[in-house]
Amino acid sequence: MASNNEILVVAELTQEYQPKKVTFELLSEAKRLAGGGTVGILVLAPDPTSMAAKLAEYGATKLYAAAGNDWAKEVAGSATDAVEAAIKAANPKLVLMASGVNGRDVAGRLAARLGLGVLWDATATAEGESSNGITFNVPIWGGTYTVNSGFTRDEAVLALCKPGSFDLARSEGAAPAEVVNLNVERKTPSALIVQSVQEEGVGVSLEEASTVVSGGRGLGKPENFALVEDLAKVLGAAVGTTRAVVDEGWRPYNQQIGQTGKTIKPKLYLAVGISGAIQHKVGMQTSETIVAINKDADAPIFEFADLGVVGDLFKILPALTEELKRRKGIAG
Amino acid sequence: MNIVVCVKETPDTTAEKKFTADLRLDRSAVAGVINPYDEYSVEEALQQKEKLGGEVTVLTMGPSRAEESIRKALAVGADRAVLVSDPALADSDLVATARVIAAALKKMSFELVIFGQTSTDSSGGMLAAAVAELLGLPALTVANKLEVEAGKARIQRSTDHGYDVVEAPLPCVVSVVSGINLPRYPALKGIMQAKKKELLSYSLADLGIDPASVGSSSKGTKVNTASRVSLSRTPEIFKDAERAAVYIADYLERKKLI
Ligand SMILES: Cc1cc2nc3c(=O)[nH]c(=O)nc-3n(C[C@H](O)[C@H](O)[C@H](O)COP(=O)(O)OP(=O)(O)OC[C@H]3O[C@@H](n4cnc5c(N)ncnc54)[C@H](O)[C@@H]3O)c2cc1C
Ligand SMILES: Nc1ncnc2c1ncn2[C@@H]1O[C@H](COP(=O)(O)O)[C@@H](O)[C@H]1O
Repeated sequence: MASNNEILVVAELTQEYQPKKVTFELLSEAKRLAGGGTVGILVLAPDPTSMAAKLAEYGATKLYAAAGNDWAKEVAGSATDAVEAAIKAANPKLVLMASGVNGRDVAGRLAARLGLGVLWDATATAEGESSNGITFNVPIWGGTYTVNSGFTRDEAVLALCKPGSFDLARSEGAAPAEVVNLNVERKTPSALIVQSVQEEGVGVSLEEASTVVSGGRGLGKPENFALVEDLAKVLGAAVGTTRAVVDEGWRPYNQQIGQTGKTIKPKLYLAVGISGAIQHKVGMQTSETIVAINKDADAPIFEFADLGVVGDLFKILPALTEELKRRKGIAG
Repeated sequence: MNIVVCVKETPDTTAEKKFTADLRLDRSAVAGVINPYDEYSVEEALQQKEKLGGEVTVLTMGPSRAEESIRKALAVGADRAVLVSDPALADSDLVATARVIAAALKKMSFELVIFGQTSTDSSGGMLAAAVAELLGLPALTVANKLEVEAGKARIQRSTDHGYDVVEAPLPCVVSVVSGINLPRYPALKGIMQAKKKELLSYSLADLGIDPASVGSSSKGTKVNTASRVSLSRTPEIFKDAERAAVYIADYLERKKLI
């Protein structure tokens, strides 16, 4: 069935049912791509219409409301049923979702259920050869290549885009989105969140941070990461680390950067006591500016840093934190 | 408890990769290894087996040379392996791969299927959900802890602010992150034993899958262009540790990074 011209965005919400920034990014881009056509937004929440005005400001003209009190408790499974219902209602030429854990869980199920084409980790759109005329640029292999890909079939297709890929475009006083209430038929065997644990000290999220300070095995012991955290605090940065450190049990896995951890692209990556193994490099090499501190002048990290500082981190780090505090006028 | 671990052979991550003329990864040009993320799923399967008994089967869809990688999983302790191989499978996408893996799983007996979080060559990380869908099973993805008891699987997965505990009844599909355990290394004895372990091969015909529904021709997406990203930097090295703090601060200020 040939699809119509609508673009459907799946809202990414917090556990408190607030839209995440990426939701507005996807809407802004959908509006640009739609060129005056319909932009739908699917909202799974207890009261989806409460967000209607705000979503309309970023481009939503139609709001597909999947009302329910337990969406945040259910993992991906059931959200798939809602996205399927929205696709049936909208028959869109493109579905945009955030490239994260939730998006992947839904897209994986949906692609298999409906036999859809899917692209992931996209960071930009482009015009070009594609069944719906829209192609996506995707960095692959740790950012060493960029491919441009399109779709082959004339049907709804899924594109998962990385947070931070699109500029926000807001217009105040936009007409309210037309509300379409969805009746979601539950088909997916669901997995339930039985407990949600808040942990101390989980600050800025690594993927969204514009500055990341990472500490490696050179820190010597877990307590010394206070030096890294102090510096991160002054810079408003997220803290990252290496697998060597995670394997030692000094830091949690969700801070690991690299081949078997996260791939990030902050404006500034500050690597402290990190040797720069290839498996670490593939997770951070596309950072805009890389500054490395290491006492070994031959450390591989100095081959791909913009600024390499040779010296003892235990001297340099506290001094740097103090210096930055002084410049920012923060009383020490 | 019988466990199936889905393992992919991927090109060595540290090797320089190339594209073929039709913009596919040139697999012949690089050595193959077990997808590094799958070392953790194999380890997790072995640890669960040690606790709960049963057998661990490794399932791979790939070219026949993937047998070498599979032997490594057998060498660390998996009991047997199944290789689905067919020339028509080359360049299969997510949906096609899911169909094949699901069809193979239907021929096997299991309470748990374990996937890696993602593969280093495709970075899709969606196959576990896709296969669960085709089997009508719940999926517990990106687990950094797994407990199986009383007919249920319970995992922990990281969130922005901590972690969630998620539960589903068996049988189910799980994908694990690389932080979940420390994979063991094969011992010489294991390597010797691996040579004698059972390795079953399936073709598409064995699975009753139409070759036209998989491989290149079935793909929902198409690569138009591929370009090398230039990452060359000209490192500036600063060696005066005494003045380093001020120098770095100046540098960051000049680049408008603070
Ligand atoms: C399959 C596979 C996957 C992997 N995945 C990842 C991954 O995702 N992420 C990752 O990071 N690694 C990964 N690794 C591990 C990787 O190969 C390295 O072992 C790891 O990155 C090294 O971490 P490190 O730099 O903290 O430690 P080290 O290599 O031990 O480096 C410590 C550095 O600190 C410096 N140092 C020590 N004391 C001081 C001091 N006082 N002042 C200044 N500098 C000091 C030393 O000179 C040294 O360069 C993987 C490996 C394999 C085989
Ligand atoms: N060809 C394959 N054969 C078996 N398992 C696979 C295959 N491709 C992917 N997987 C599994 O799916 C996970 C995610 O892979 P991917 O979707 O390619 O990122 C891997 O960690 C494997 O567990």
